[in-house]
Amino acid sequence: MVKRRASKVFVFVLGLAPLVALLWRAYHDRLTANPIEYITHYTGDWTLRFIIFTLFITPLRKVLGQPGLIRYRRMIGLFAFFYACLHFLTYLVIDKFFDWKEILTDIGKRTYITVGFTGFVMLAALAVTSTAGWIRRLGGKRWQLLHRLIYLAVVAGVVHYYWSVKSDVRQPVFYGVLAALLLAYRWKIGTFARPRVSTPVVSRAPETVAR
Amino acid sequence: MLIRKSPDVRYSEVTPKSLYLNRRKFLAGVPGAVLAGNELLSPSGRASAATTKLQTVQSALSTTGERINPKEYVTGYNNYYEFGTGKDEPQQLARNFKTYPWIVTVEGECAKPRKFTIDEILKLAPLEERVYRHRCVEAWSIVVPWIGYSLSTLLNQVEPNPKAKFVAFETLYDPKQMLSPLQAGIPLPYVEGLRLDEAMHPLALLTVGMYGETLPPQDGAPVRMVLPWKYGFKSIKSIVKIRLVGGQPASTWNLYAPNEYGFYSNVNPNRDHPRWSQKTERRLGEFGRRTTLMFNGYGDQVASLYKGMDLIRNY
Ligand code: HEM
Repeated sequence: MVKRRASKVFVFVLGLAPLVALLWRAYHDRLTANPIEYITHYTGDWTLRFIIFTLFITPLRKVLGQPGLIRYRRMIGLFAFFYACLHFLTYLVIDKFFDWKEILTDIGKRTYITVGFTGFVMLAALAVTSTAGWIRRLGGKRWQLLHRLIYLAVVAGVVHYYWSVKSDVRQPVFYGVLAALLLAYRWKIGTFARPRVSTPVVSRAPETVAR
Repeated sequence: MLIRKSPDVRYSEVTPKSLYLNRRKFLAGVPGAVLAGNELLSPSGRASAATTKLQTVQSALSTTGERINPKEYVTGYNNYYEFGTGKDEPQQLARNFKTYPWIVTVEGECAKPRKFTIDEILKLAPLEERVYRHRCVEAWSIVVPWIGYSLSTLLNQVEPNPKAKFVAFETLYDPKQMLSPLQAGIPLPYVEGLRLDEAMHPLALLTVGMYGETLPPQDGAPVRMVLPWKYGFKSIKSIVKIRLVGGQPASTWNLYAPNEYGFYSNVNPNRDHPRWSQKTERRLGEFGRRTTLMFNGYGDQVASLYKGMDLIRNY
């Protein structure tokens, strides 16, 4: 039990590391001549990376024979949402400074923002319903169905990235390939064909998962 | 730390405080400092990253009432895709870019086509210091004290003939020193173009320096254009060829995405980029956004060039 808790604390600290690194750079005045752009890109990158990390859990459980890895998935997913919040707040507060007219125009008119915002709403829905209470309320099957939104969220993240760059698409393409492989794996194991109900989704309250 | 206030001093008074920003940049600056006071080194020994001091005269065409950005903003934050697509990459990757000797070929529809060495260009006319606002298509802006003279001075040397209607520019493309088009994400060599009347406009600055010195490689050394009423990408860097032509020449970003980047690319807050708004901009070093001005605030001088033109369609 203690060891488990310690490993979770370890993953938690790892999840905060990118933020600490960002604050470190900020403190040392190393955010380039355009700090707002730097922070937007930095937090966007880490949002996408954490979404990818959550998608790695299932294949790694199988490949490494470590089903216990599931216990970190919720935390990693919440970190994706955490960085998405920083990313969105950077845009909202620092970049546009609550210029709602501009923001709504952006969300409605600029496809890359529309797609990013859709991804953000999906991550928010997943974060809110990530608790044991919500699993109970929704029932395991419906909860699992809802949480497949992560597959759409990663697609939204990649498309958002791809459309946001001016010409050098190597990075978004790299994440796109990773996402495609991870989704192809789900296809192969039949995730899309039938709801998986046997996996314990939450480590702390597995008894709440309907079977 | 997010909010970095520009010091309210002229750039010449800015101490190299921000040099710690980047140790390598500091080291790159050392040979410059040494060279400035050391005439013993031959010109070919002029390491590319090193800049030398330039004598300048004042210019009536210099923009007043603007706070000049500290030099570090202009040397550490660049769009020069031949040296990387990240803003901080050109400073590193262009470090050893060989900018001397350098020859600019001026040819095409003119009576006296010829080649100019960079030394000839530096001596063709008194070098003026011109402070200009510089507005990037990515919605950020800076204020830079460029050094050069009107491009018309150079063009008049070759005597354009009546068939010359446009001017085509080309950047050096040297795969040994630069990234591949695939890595840069755009076709290379980088090309740009102007209508002849735009090119002959006194504000169109043939630029050889900034901040009292020759250009650092990442800012387009040894010679580039600066067109303050147009988006930054029109201001082509490291020029090797200038051609007077009859038809509208190709321009790199227009080739890459014609619906996003037009031939004219005048700064225009009323014509959004399809993917982002051009109504406002971030002046580097400032927290809030500023409203973007038509022709980047140079309308009084240049609007007459576009009389009767629909600038939404001719973006
Ligand atoms: C699932 C949610 C999201 C993900 C995964 C995500 C990810 C990213 C990534 C990876 C980048 C590019 C970073 C880089 O260039 O290195 C980016 C850029 C950006 N994102 Fe997001 N983002 C999301 C949501 C949003 C939302 C909701 C907004 C605002 C409404 C937003 C606004 C931006 C902006 C303004 C940029 C900068 C584009 C540029 O400067 O070219 N993103 N995002």
